[in-house]
Amino acid sequence: MQEIIIDILLSVVILASAGMLIFLGKKSMNKNQRVMMTRIMIASIILLVLQFISADVFDRLDNILFPTAGRWIRLLCYFADYLVIGYDILKNAAIGIKNRRVFDENFLMAVATVGAMALAIYENGEYLEAIAVMLFYQIGEWFQGYAVGKSRKNISELMDVRPDYANIEVDGKLEQADPDEVEIGSIIVVQPGEKVPIDGVIVEGSSSLNTSALTGESLPREADVGDEVISGCISMTGVLKIKTTKEFGESTVSKILDLVENASSRKSKSEDFISKFAKIYTPAVCYAALALAILPPVVRMSFMSVDPEWGIWIYRALTFLVISCPCALVISIPLSFFAGIGGASKEGVLVKGSNFLEILSKTKTVVFDKTGTLTKGNFEVNAVHHNTINEKQLIEYAALAESASSHPISKSIQRAYGKEIDRSRVSDIEEISGNGVTALVDNVKVAAGNDKLMKHLGIEYHDCHSTGTIIHIAINDKYAGHIVISDIIKPTSKEAIKALKSAGVEKTVMLTGDAKKVADKVAAELGIDTVCSELLPADKVSKVEQLLAENKNGKLAFVGDGINDAPVLSRADIGIAMGAMGSDAAIEAADIVLIDDDPKKISKAIKISRKCLGIVYQNIVMALVVKFACLILGAFGIANMYLAIFADVGVMVLAVLNAIRCLFVKKL
Amino acid sequence: MKKTYKIEVDCANCANLMEDATRKTEGVANATVNFMTQKMIVEFADGADQKDVMKNVLKACKKVEPDCEIEL
Repeated sequence: MQEIIIDILLSVVILASAGMLIFLGKKSMNKNQRVMMTRIMIASIILLVLQFISADVFDRLDNILFPTAGRWIRLLCYFADYLVIGYDILKNAAIGIKNRRVFDENFLMAVATVGAMALAIYENGEYLEAIAVMLFYQIGEWFQGYAVGKSRKNISELMDVRPDYANIEVDGKLEQADPDEVEIGSIIVVQPGEKVPIDGVIVEGSSSLNTSALTGESLPREADVGDEVISGCISMTGVLKIKTTKEFGESTVSKILDLVENASSRKSKSEDFISKFAKIYTPAVCYAALALAILPPVVRMSFMSVDPEWGIWIYRALTFLVISCPCALVISIPLSFFAGIGGASKEGVLVKGSNFLEILSKTKTVVFDKTGTLTKGNFEVNAVHHNTINEKQLIEYAALAESASSHPISKSIQRAYGKEIDRSRVSDIEEISGNGVTALVDNVKVAAGNDKLMKHLGIEYHDCHSTGTIIHIAINDKYAGHIVISDIIKPTSKEAIKALKSAGVEKTVMLTGDAKKVADKVAAELGIDTVCSELLPADKVSKVEQLLAENKNGKLAFVGDGINDAPVLSRADIGIAMGAMGSDAAIEAADIVLIDDDPKKISKAIKISRKCLGIVYQNIVMALVVKFACLILGAFGIANMYLAIFADVGVMVLAVLNAIRCLFVKKL
Repeated sequence: MKKTYKIEVDCANCANLMEDATRKTEGVANATVNFMTQKMIVEFADGADQKDVMKNVLKACKKVEPDCEIEL
């Protein structure tokens, strides 16, 4: 029965390998892989042919040549096949021993198969087993190499936003230059469909920019003259002339690439655990195998006075060796993290190392900075109250009256007005410092300012219940309403907090230097648990330290805009910088960088990390359970070498496929 | 002085071995082998001749992993 299964498997292998060699060809396999595939095919064919010539056929040779000739010729045929499939393993094992580096996979496979060969020679029996085990091991290795190589390439391509050239105009003609050689202040030309190679400011042209490679955001962003553009975006519609503001090496795209490329060198605890585990596991199994080969026969011989059954016990020991390869673990864990980091970066979440992915998955407390993180960080007209005239008209009057001022508040009113300010409509501007302004607009007397100005002018006004800065307006000495100006909350902030809660974050905290009234209102609106307001930058650090001391179980993440939060970012278990496009300090200090301003990405990042870690644990548990089960079955002689090799290769294949799932995080 | 080299290595464990071997090579201050991006970042010690050092690095790596390749 077993032989029939093996024969069928061999036929399948021959067909599959021939098919792969013909159809995949040079494109997707490198030279080593092609050579290996050919060897697998040849060895399978020889093995299959030898299977059909039974030992009796060889025995007939005895009569023709000399006694035992058939046995030797049969051995020779099988041995040749064994060398075809396994010579490199034997060679590597020998080199390993020479370099005093035993106990690697090559060594284990060499010992196991050579041992099985020796047993077969001794019994003139089953050569098939040694060769088949080697063959299936090589197929497993080949698949592993192919799958890992393929996914590695896919992930790298996914993250590769590196521009290859920059167009420079020389004498009216476009020339392609190495981005590295473009100096600051040069004018570069970006044509539709091209990547912006270097950070800069648009001096001519407008276009829709596709930022999806950087932020994962699929909606294009419109950019016009005077706008800053970030390298890595793809210009979609128009030709842009850009004056570079940074060198290529300092540009966003280079920094991101740098960060991602170095990410996997920071190893997570799981990875460390596995490499340590592999170092202990393999030798331990080898010694156990040695003990299994020697102890039971010796005990049987000397204490029980029965046949020692050396053959059986050595065979069981060899099965042990086959199971002992830890490759499923060694390969799948770094691959899972790599895929997780790759998937996250596709979503605009840059993770600086697998260790941070691991910490993030354990995050129970998220601490936010307010300004710039949950709110937009710039002042905007939020509301108009108690107006006796049309809202637009009120803002128009206010904007015109404040037209001479460059105060941020005046600026925000002018922005809300949105049209070009016609200065000729305004006269007699009088600025009352700390109070406001009075002016004649279209020969109408307009007063705009705070409550002090109204008191000063003797105009009755309505107090406002809203938080923020209040600008009261009086027209012709009559109260006309007030404008509320405040830092507005990002549209996604509320959802972000909700998403965090549903992602299992237990506590959300907001730290701010702002006034208590403003802070409390924002927190209530967003549903944040704890607020600490009126903090100085140094207070934020001590507050975070206090929170760190309070919660010992989960990890604490701090989210800031990265501009003045660097000390806090580095103090927290994990620092997340937001809106960090181009902000050096943030990229330096943070462990995770969210490229766009969206706070919703925090919960996304946490979900990605959970998924990734989940897959890592699945792989660890699956591999260990299967290995130990096989070890026990092998020790009792229930599992033979075939089962061992299938368990080994099967677990490895499943683990690699499972690891690839980390890449798919779009829908989290 | 830091330099990045492209490498070819088939397994993660072998990449770790290469990293160890490179670090032990004379003239190398520090080295990181990144299996996933197939890159080796070598930090040279002051005054070391890069070409000579890399020759030795390649030799050391071939010793631990005969199938590996470093593009110099």
